[in-house]
Amino acid sequence: MFINNSGVDFTMIVDIQKLSVDYSGIKVLDDISFGIAEGDFLGIIGPNGAGKSTLFHCMLGLRTQYDGTIKFFGQDIRDSRKYLSQVGFVPQKPVVDRNFPATIREVLSMSQNSSDSKKVDEALQKVWMHELADRRIGDLSVGQQQRVFIAKALVNSPKILVLDEPVTGIDQYNQDLFFQILGELNTKEKISIIWASHDLDAVERLASKVACLNKTLFFHGISKEFFSDDEMLKKYSETSMQMHMHHH
Amino acid sequence: MTFEAVSYESIPHALISGIAISLLCSVVGLFLVLRKFSLFGDALAHSAFGGVAFGLFIGIYPLWIACAVAILSALGLSKIRQKFDISGDAIVAILLSTGLGAGVILVSLTEDFEFHDIEEFLFGSAIVDTQNVVTILALAGAILTILFFTYKKILYSTFSEEQAKASGIPVEKMSYLLITMAGVTVVISMQLVGVLLISALFVLPNVSAMLYARSFKQTVILSMLFAVSATVSGIIMSYQFEIAQAGCIVLVAAAIFVGSLVAKGSGLVKTAGILAKRA
Repeated sequence: MFINNSGVDFTMIVDIQKLSVDYSGIKVLDDISFGIAEGDFLGIIGPNGAGKSTLFHCMLGLRTQYDGTIKFFGQDIRDSRKYLSQVGFVPQKPVVDRNFPATIREVLSMSQNSSDSKKVDEALQKVWMHELADRRIGDLSVGQQQRVFIAKALVNSPKILVLDEPVTGIDQYNQDLFFQILGELNTKEKISIIWASHDLDAVERLASKVACLNKTLFFHGISKEFFSDDEMLKKYSETSMQMHMHHH
Repeated sequence: MTFEAVSYESIPHALISGIAISLLCSVVGLFLVLRKFSLFGDALAHSAFGGVAFGLFIGIYPLWIACAVAILSALGLSKIRQKFDISGDAIVAILLSTGLGAGVILVSLTEDFEFHDIEEFLFGSAIVDTQNVVTILALAGAILTILFFTYKKILYSTFSEEQAKASGIPVEKMSYLLITMAGVTVVISMQLVGVLLISALFVLPNVSAMLYARSFKQTVILSMLFAVSATVSGIIMSYQFEIAQAGCIVLVAAAIFVGSLVAKGSGLVKTAGILAKRA
């Protein structure tokens, strides 16, 4: 159990302790510890190469070589992969083969436990894509495909959504729709969200909490506190700039 | 006769086993085509040829040895591919040439070797043995049953490996299962179309179906329909004109593909996603 700002007990969904990751001797994540509670909308910000995708890969069991512990629903993810049935993952801009012969409905039904067509319809309704259910996935725009992938993540009624920079390369209209859907899922459906993003304005607008990552975690807390702290914002932009220079 | 035509007596056996094999090839082949692994069937068949030659060399009925060799070499190379990050097409080339190279050496070492011993594996033959037909039906039934229960997981792994893994699907196990099923499919299909023409049954019906179909289910059904039509007409043509059965089957499958291209190109058929209005 955990105590939030208003002093109410609520359940921890994710608990990460002392997470460190090396890629051939180079530290990518260094001693990261934080948690995600029920109902949290956590924006993870950080420059390119800050370790956001690596963090997600560890959380989703796509990378198993790391130090430290990651617990979902109180259980170490090294012990069981069952937690994944309660986690919805929306990847970076999807790479869909234009000629892949599957309808949107079929793409949603590929997930485990999703033979129930009612669940598929409900998930599509939540992202306003139910009218296109029988279209081929390759015929949709990237923004629409990304909404389909949210629906896909929702089919198994997850407790938490993990989104890895989901709106990269998507037009403003679809980005706004996407954010509106995320907001509704968090407030109405009470789904916790962890969302990696470059877009500080969007994070400020949507996320209730912020984790600022650049190999180490140099801020984790209430979103308003981060965005009203000029020192912190300055530190963030300096680190981003350093990373940018380093990459070029 | 090097290239065998279907005789009147062998028509029932050829048709029954041919239909089972074409159903199997079209479904297993679809996953390979979608994984951009269209030539994998060819590579498996060539490594199976190495197994056939090994069987002849040690004097054991070669098909089961071919099956084991094809599956083990494909699984081994898949592991190597993952570990050393080698591209899929390179793996296909390695499997294909090594299998054929080993086969040629073993054939040259086999005493009292006659070309007739391997011709049925190279070019296919009219299946007349009832025992063979029963084996083909049993194996095709088993693989189609396994596919019925696992196709969603294999399809998901094919669609997006990353998302499938993140959903808890054992992607690697599904990949090994598909390779194993493809290996068995290749070995039983070798008897119908032979090593050299096998990928035609894996690829042509699927590519033709994908020109028309909107969904995965439609693709599977159409591909099965095309594969069975090609096989049945190929067998009948082979009997009617006394020409090689394998060649007839492959050419009918190719004709269906060309016909589909023409139908699509001329706008005769309102086809799948490619021509559908963008949402």
